[in-house]
Amino acid sequence: MYTQGLDTHGKEPLPTAAEGEARAARFQGRIDAEEKIEPKDWMPEAYRQTLIRQISQHAHSEIVGMLPEGNWITRAPTLKRKAVLIAKVQDEGGHGMYLYSAAETLGIPRAQMLVQLLSGAAKYSSIFNYPTLTWADIGAIGWLVDGAAIMNQIPLCRCSYGPYARAMVRICKEESFHQRQGFEIMLTLSQGSHAQRAMAQDALNRWWWPSLMMFGPSDADSMHTGQSMRWKIKRFSNDELRQRFIDVTVPQAHFLGLTIPDDELHWDEATQHYRAGPIDWSEFYAVLKGNGPCNRERLEARRRAHEAGRWVREAAAAHAQRSQRAAPPVAGVAGVAGAAGAAA
Amino acid sequence: MTEADWPLFEVFIRSRSGLEHKHVGSLHAADARMAIEHARDVYTRRQEGVSMWVVRSADIIASDPEEADSLFEPARDKVYRHPTFYAIPDEVKNL
Repeated sequence: MYTQGLDTHGKEPLPTAAEGEARAARFQGRIDAEEKIEPKDWMPEAYRQTLIRQISQHAHSEIVGMLPEGNWITRAPTLKRKAVLIAKVQDEGGHGMYLYSAAETLGIPRAQMLVQLLSGAAKYSSIFNYPTLTWADIGAIGWLVDGAAIMNQIPLCRCSYGPYARAMVRICKEESFHQRQGFEIMLTLSQGSHAQRAMAQDALNRWWWPSLMMFGPSDADSMHTGQSMRWKIKRFSNDELRQRFIDVTVPQAHFLGLTIPDDELHWDEATQHYRAGPIDWSEFYAVLKGNGPCNRERLEARRRAHEAGRWVREAAAAHAQRSQRAAPPVAGVAGVAGAAGAAA
Repeated sequence: MTEADWPLFEVFIRSRSGLEHKHVGSLHAADARMAIEHARDVYTRRQEGVSMWVVRSADIIASDPEEADSLFEPARDKVYRHPTFYAIPDEVKNL
C-alpha cells in the first residue's frame, strides 16, 4: 500500500515556487509538531533522498553484517552458542528486510538498491569490514557493535518518517538479545582460563576503536547532521551518541576485568563523563573508501551469493507464472475479503 | 543486469485469537504461497502471530492524504455523536 501512492507523483503538475514554499513550510510545521510523515504525504525531494540514502545504507549494513558472524556458525563452541548465533544472524537478515521495505515506500525499487550494493556504489557501516579472527570476536561484536547500534537506533524509533520509525521499533526490540548474548560470551571468557581471558582482551583491543567510529565523523566534520536534525530524522549528534556509548560501556569493561585500549581514557569528575583519547579518523575514511581489511571479501561474498541464488529466483518466478496460468485466483477470496471488511 | 523485483505483498498478522489482523510490513515474493512463507520468517520469529494475511500491494486502494480534509473534516463538528454531548442530572442513574 505504501508504494501505491507514489505513482501519482509523475502525473501531478509541478508546484510553482510559491506553492512549493508554502508546502515546505507546512511540512516543516508538521515535523515541528512531532507529526509523523507517511509515504503518500507530500515531502521535499531532499527529505526523500536523504531518507533513501540513510535507510538503504542501514539495510545494506544489516545484510553485510551477517557475514562476519556467519563466519563462526560452524565453529561455535557449543550447540547452545551455535543455535543462538544462527538466530542472531537470521535476525540481521530480517532487519535488512524491514529496512529495505521501509526504503521502498519512498519510491526506490528493491532491485535498484541491490544493484547499488553489489556494484560497490552504496555504502554500508565501516564496522563490517573488519575480520572475526577468534570466537571472542563474536562476543565483542554483540557487546560493542550491537551496543553501539542500539545507542544509534533507539532515537531513530522517534524518527519523523513513519515506516522507518516503525521498522526501528521492531529492530530495537530484537537487538537487545544480541547485545546481551555478546556480553555473556565476554563474561564467560573473562571468567575462564588465562588463554580465554587473553582472547577476550584481544577482541576488545581490536573492536573498541572501530566501534567508536560507528557513530560517524565528529560533529565538526559531519555533512548531514544539521538538516537531518531539523527534519527530526536524527535526534542527537554523532558525538553525543558516541559519548553516551563510552559512558555506559567503560563500566561494563571494568566489570569484565578487561582494559579499554585507550591510554588517555579517564573519568572527568567535573562533567561526569569518561573522556576518550583522539580517534584515528584516517583509518575510518580508508575503510569507508574501500580499503579496510575485508571490503573486497565482503562484496565478493554478496555477489557470489546473489549469483548462486539466481537459478532459485528464476525457478520460483517460472513456477509462479505457470500456476497462475493453471488456476487464476478467484475462488475463496470473498470469505477473506468479507473478514477484512468486518475487521475494518 | 537488473532483475525485476518479485511482486510486493503487504503482511497482516493476528497476534492472538480474539484480536484483529494488523498491518506489520511488506515483502517481495514470487507468489502468494511464498509470501506466506517469507512472512513467517520475516515477521514471526518470536511468536508474534497465530494467523497471517498477505495481499498484493497493488490490489490495495488507499485514500489520498490531500483529500483527508474533505473526507474526515465533516465529522469534526458532530460532537452530538458522542455520549458526553448530553447533559444528564447526576441523580439519574444507569444512563
